[in-house]
Amino acid sequence: MPKIQVTVNGKSYERSVEPRLLLSDFLRHELGLTGTHVGCEHGVCGACTVLLDADAVRSCLMFAVQADGQELTTVEGLADADGELHPIQAAFREAHGLQCGFCTPGILMTLVPFLREHPQPNEDDIRHALSGNLCRCTGYHNIVAAARLAAEKLTSGNTA
Amino acid sequence: MSTRLFGQRILRTEDPRLLRGEALFIDDFVPPGTLHVAIVRSMHAHAAQLRVDVGAARTLPGVTAVYTADDLGSLMKPGPVLVPPPPIPGSTFNARTQTPLAKGKLRFVGEPIAVIVASSRYVAEDAAELVVVDAEPLPAVVDLEAALAPNAPLVHEDLPSNLAAHVAQRRGDYAKAREAAAYVIRRRFRYDRGAAAAIENRGVIANWDARTNELTVWDTTQAPIPVRNALASSLGLSESQVRVIAPYIGGGFGPKIMFYPEELLIPWIAMQLGRPIKWIEDRSENFVGTTQEREQIHDAEIAVDKDGRILGVRDSFLHDTGAYDPYGLTIPINAQCTLLGPYEVPAYESEFTVVFTNKTIVTPVRGAGRQHGVFVMERLLDFAARELGMSPVEIRRRNYIPPNAFPYNYEILYQDMAPLTYDSGNYEPALEQAVKLVEYDRFIQDQPKLRTEGRHLGIGIVSYVEGTGIGPYEGARVRVDPNGSVTLATGVGTQGQGHFTSFAQIVADQLGLSQTDVRVVTGDTRDMHWGTGTFASRGAVVAGSACHAAAVRVREKIVRLASELFEASPDDIVLDGGRAYVRGSPSRAISLGELAQKANPLRGAVRPGTEPGLEATSYFGPERGSTANGVHAIVVEVDPETTNVGILRYVVAHDCGNVINPLIVEGQIHGGVALGIGNAFYEKLSYDNNGQLTSASFMDYLLPTALEVPPIETVHIETPSPLNPLGMKGVGEAGAIPVAAAFAQAVENALARPGFEILEIPLSPSRLHELLNAGTESQAR
Repeated sequence: MPKIQVTVNGKSYERSVEPRLLLSDFLRHELGLTGTHVGCEHGVCGACTVLLDADAVRSCLMFAVQADGQELTTVEGLADADGELHPIQAAFREAHGLQCGFCTPGILMTLVPFLREHPQPNEDDIRHALSGNLCRCTGYHNIVAAARLAAEKLTSGNTA
Repeated sequence: MSTRLFGQRILRTEDPRLLRGEALFIDDFVPPGTLHVAIVRSMHAHAAQLRVDVGAARTLPGVTAVYTADDLGSLMKPGPVLVPPPPIPGSTFNARTQTPLAKGKLRFVGEPIAVIVASSRYVAEDAAELVVVDAEPLPAVVDLEAALAPNAPLVHEDLPSNLAAHVAQRRGDYAKAREAAAYVIRRRFRYDRGAAAAIENRGVIANWDARTNELTVWDTTQAPIPVRNALASSLGLSESQVRVIAPYIGGGFGPKIMFYPEELLIPWIAMQLGRPIKWIEDRSENFVGTTQEREQIHDAEIAVDKDGRILGVRDSFLHDTGAYDPYGLTIPINAQCTLLGPYEVPAYESEFTVVFTNKTIVTPVRGAGRQHGVFVMERLLDFAARELGMSPVEIRRRNYIPPNAFPYNYEILYQDMAPLTYDSGNYEPALEQAVKLVEYDRFIQDQPKLRTEGRHLGIGIVSYVEGTGIGPYEGARVRVDPNGSVTLATGVGTQGQGHFTSFAQIVADQLGLSQTDVRVVTGDTRDMHWGTGTFASRGAVVAGSACHAAAVRVREKIVRLASELFEASPDDIVLDGGRAYVRGSPSRAISLGELAQKANPLRGAVRPGTEPGLEATSYFGPERGSTANGVHAIVVEVDPETTNVGILRYVVAHDCGNVINPLIVEGQIHGGVALGIGNAFYEKLSYDNNGQLTSASFMDYLLPTALEVPPIETVHIETPSPLNPLGMKGVGEAGAIPVAAAFAQAVENALARPGFEILEIPLSPSRLHELLNAGTESQAR
């Protein structure tokens, strides 16, 4: 079995993996990072979204071996070490942007690069950015509101 | 006393854990030594002489065991009928339920045939591919009407036909009403299948501890206690030997209420092998193996007088239950009863026939048949209004049950076996609020101008009622621990409804605490033995009322103990901030934790007639459900070239009685509306003539995204229910119920083509295009 090295949330891991092991299964079952969720395994629902070298990717559409030597961030890497929520997470709580919370990690990880690249998005921008993430509970109303609030929090945080 | 938490927009206590990815969902558990399961499912909709060869699968390295029907012994019995049908005189019900694995005959694509147990899911799936399934295909029963034809193939060959049930209910004299009518409008309506499509699929993990003789099962169920009971009964165990835990669940929406074959097989295999066993459904399995809803065909007519008053309604419909009918008649009875809506209908004649087909089993999905009834009634009212030259708003207003007519008894039986009686209601304010918020009159005024600009905008406005919060009962246990923390346990499962917060609000109010001081445990049968589950928009109403009752009793215990200690009247004891004190003397307070210790002394005596500890368990069982209601208004724009429909505005004025937490209630509405939009225009489970599901992935079955669901504007109206102490009504399903009816009215309004009527759901751009062109052709003839 090929050996791979990845850095996830700043921590380095070396593992031998089957070539066919999905990145999502590797993160969840080999590394125990179960915050990344799996909803469809065909790249539509977006629940498994993680950051690969700072870009949002669907971890169910990649093999673990393809991430060899690269840096990943999962939802577990967002909050501070002391548990304080990342501004995007805090915004989701304040705007009631989650219900069952299953799709939420993928949505948070989609918004991290989006809000970095679009610090002042309008509603249309946000809805387009979220269109690859399915949510069955919220009707997206409060997710959009949360994304807006997150943008405000991030912007004011940067200027402070 | 601190501010009352009931009614406040309080942020959810469960969110930080969910947001950090720490909440444990089913697939996040892997007990040490776990073996993994893959299931071989039927590729045939209908086939006989099933032969299964698992020889090659058994010898694959990494495979521990393979089971077919022949290996199950006494487990091979038909499953339970989960919901017995109400005792409606003259009704027929043929119960047919699944065995855990198929034997001899296959009845739908997705039916489980064999179970592979292996060292990993990957290996289990390799082995599943080595299983050879041989069967003689039979013609599939797909179409509802063809299913009842005299020579139709039989889904269950021991029955004379594919008829699963027949029920007729009536009120008043419809024939007489029809004679007196100025207009009788008759149409045929079709409502096709959709999926619940929770983003988390199902899953079961089981562990049998041979040292303690105890079975622990983690299950994505909305009803952990009934699952525990069914497991104990099927496996020959006592209920106290079985613990079922519903962990965090990634959306339920109905299909997670069932007792599926996998929920029995995985625990049984764990007992056979003495190892933890884990099965996680994948999305392909979910599309065929998880229950679905919605297929009905209605032939309905409405009789109205010259002023637009309803004289009577007659409806005859077919309901598709799929291959089996384990959930009784809940869905068609909901459709039958909910059709009446918020209207006075003096005469009603309704009958339905439930049909077996070779398709996935039908059980409730958010709305559970209520959509169909609302669609039929609201469409009939639309057509009646058009005949009368009356606005859709006016015809509804004229027919509402007046506020002084409650409780209002329809004299037919509802799904909870009680007569369909509305507890309370005040319908016109919702209509007025919706009309105002959506600016109905201004829209009608502006519409002609928009049309001259080539823009096809339309508006729709519809009403609904929802029977919610039915019995039989739920329970809650509240306990003050010696460290001062309060634990609340209920038996319902939770799938994102915010129970951790809203139940805590109810309890905290009684005990003078903050909601964050109350630790809520849901869905663990070890913590609450009795209960039924989360369905029929009943969590807040029934379990919430039980939480209230238990908290009231714990409060009484605290107050009595504190009054003895302080030698004061119980009326003067104040509970605030986790302390008890005599009114006016907050500096001389005792903490709830100290009181809990005093209530559980190590020496001395607990007096006769009292109980140790500050704990109480209470149950709440409403005599019948409480009736929520509302009005939805929608503005759409149709592109006549592409027949795509965009939703520009969506307004909901709703009344679910007293609201515990408006933030959570609005979220429930938003999600319901989104599901309704999906069901109206995007989502369709399409079966071909062979009973194959042709839309069995998210590439083909389109859930609405953030681009399709508009912002949703909500207004709350609060008419308390007299049936529970806090005046609550349910809201979980409401958002989804009237969307299709509103959508259809608005699309017709936008296109304004004479003779063009929408009589079916779901639509899609291509289906709308077909319907429009069909209309043009018939006009040309």
